[in-house]
Amino acid sequence: MSENNSVGIVAPKTAHFSEPLALKGGGVLPQFDLVYETYGTLNADKSNAVLICHALSGHHHVAGKHHESDKYAGWWDNMIGPNKPLDTNKFFVIGLNNIGGCHGSTGPISINPATSQPWGSAFPIITVEDWVNSQARLMDRLGISQLAAVIGGSLGGMQALQWTIAFPGRVRYALVIASAPNLTAQNMAFNEVARQAIITDPEFHGGDYYAHGVVPRRGLRIARMLGHITYLSDDVMGEKFGRKLKDGIKYSFDVEFEMESYLRYQGDKFAGEFDANTYLRMTRALDYYDPALTFGGDLSKALSQTKAKFLVVSFTSDWRFSPARSREIVKALLDNESTVSYAEVTAAHGHDAFLMPDKHYHAILQTYLGSIEVGDAK
Amino acid sequence: MQNNVKYTIFRQDFAIIANWLKFGDKVLDLGCGDGELLKFLGATLEIKGYGVEKDDDNVLACVKNGTNVIQMDLEDGLSGFENQSFNTVVLSQTLQAMHNTERIVLEMLRVGEEVIVTFPNFGYWRNRLQITAGRMPVSKSLPYQWFDTPNVHLCTLHDFDDFCKNHNIDILERKVLTEGQEVSLMPNLLGSLAMYRLKHK
Repeated sequence: MSENNSVGIVAPKTAHFSEPLALKGGGVLPQFDLVYETYGTLNADKSNAVLICHALSGHHHVAGKHHESDKYAGWWDNMIGPNKPLDTNKFFVIGLNNIGGCHGSTGPISINPATSQPWGSAFPIITVEDWVNSQARLMDRLGISQLAAVIGGSLGGMQALQWTIAFPGRVRYALVIASAPNLTAQNMAFNEVARQAIITDPEFHGGDYYAHGVVPRRGLRIARMLGHITYLSDDVMGEKFGRKLKDGIKYSFDVEFEMESYLRYQGDKFAGEFDANTYLRMTRALDYYDPALTFGGDLSKALSQTKAKFLVVSFTSDWRFSPARSREIVKALLDNESTVSYAEVTAAHGHDAFLMPDKHYHAILQTYLGSIEVGDAK
Repeated sequence: MQNNVKYTIFRQDFAIIANWLKFGDKVLDLGCGDGELLKFLGATLEIKGYGVEKDDDNVLACVKNGTNVIQMDLEDGLSGFENQSFNTVVLSQTLQAMHNTERIVLEMLRVGEEVIVTFPNFGYWRNRLQITAGRMPVSKSLPYQWFDTPNVHLCTLHDFDDFCKNHNIDILERKVLTEGQEVSLMPNLLGSLAMYRLKHK
């Protein structure tokens, strides 16, 4: 992508909320900060706002760069910008870091006002429902009573879905991408292994490792390595690495295969910049989300009050959030005679495909988003 | 059943389908292409329409047309659709290209209160003539060569009538067209497009 369709240099903002937020798990966050970024211009009747919900390791920095010298742009820069699928000439785009995160919004590394120490293990378990409630507070703050669209992939797609359930009148379009109406046992099992890697790291200290001046690096690293395996397809790993060796077989446990090198690099990079307590909470939010649960497992009933129009997208090689799971959402929407379209994109990249600039995928989103009506700019 | 739909478009088959539907019906169009039929039915009858399509370019065209489209392969059946959840399920000029032909018709009857199936009549005299002349037919309604045709299950009106009889399917109505004109005389010989309105007995 050339620079002229970038949103350019952007700066995060912080919104402080002093009203307590009651959490689904029973606790209360007495106050909280949300860090967010915006791209494009909010129009006169505030009808062009689009909220981006992030996935497990995402954050508010969705597009553009913070400094000219930044090596990488925001995590969904290929999707958002002038003339990109989510066109910032038309839409006012909001990206935020969810509570429980580690990129500036209130989370386990934040100072607990009650103790003047980092929250650590005392930070409550956050759910998708809590996130959506906190996001609605941010929309209130920005004066946006109704979103033109809410968009999310993976765990972000669950938030998009939850918006339509919790605030049916506040979202016109929901784009639920590479997501699921809940996690399967196998999917939760990966999360459990990831959490066990972190929790059993001797430097975890029950979650209060900040006080010891250490971080459970090894656990977080293994958790991320495992995650990466599940985000890629067998085919893509085969194509990318195959059985390629770095030098040659040495009959050792060092890095010998290219695949090992990749996983260790990804694990190390992640362990150096992400908070283990956040990782635990993000995976738990994934596990717990199940909007059909209070309706006897009937997803159609759970979605019966939604008013949004839906675009559901899945990717053929995604086995962690398989097309079959997206089709469950589509079926529930069809049962309710909702307005819904479903695209099953042929893509090799597994779960990661939702972040890739696939031509057909982007064309679908560009066309769909292009058809959304918004008011005049002034 | 007549809605007296005023149509200005040239697709007589669309107009006949429209006349077999009621205002505000819920319609599923299988193999919906670019969503043209659903768009027409939405504009004329305000139907609640959904299309099913497997081809990427057609799915994109449907999105462009503002038609609800579900991307899936009809050969896999209609497992994502509840019993009797649509007033009418349409399969327009796609039957002959299906591999699981029998299954899809039965699936349509499960999902729809009524079913509309249209297909090119292989018994049309021009086809017969070409076969008599010793060649596989190539025509406006069957525009493919034998080696590149997607049409694997061609049939005549008589064949389809028998199929319905053997599968306990009620033929509510049948219309036969040639060049957009209705044919009533010797339809299996003179008709090029067969249109059936069906229901489970």
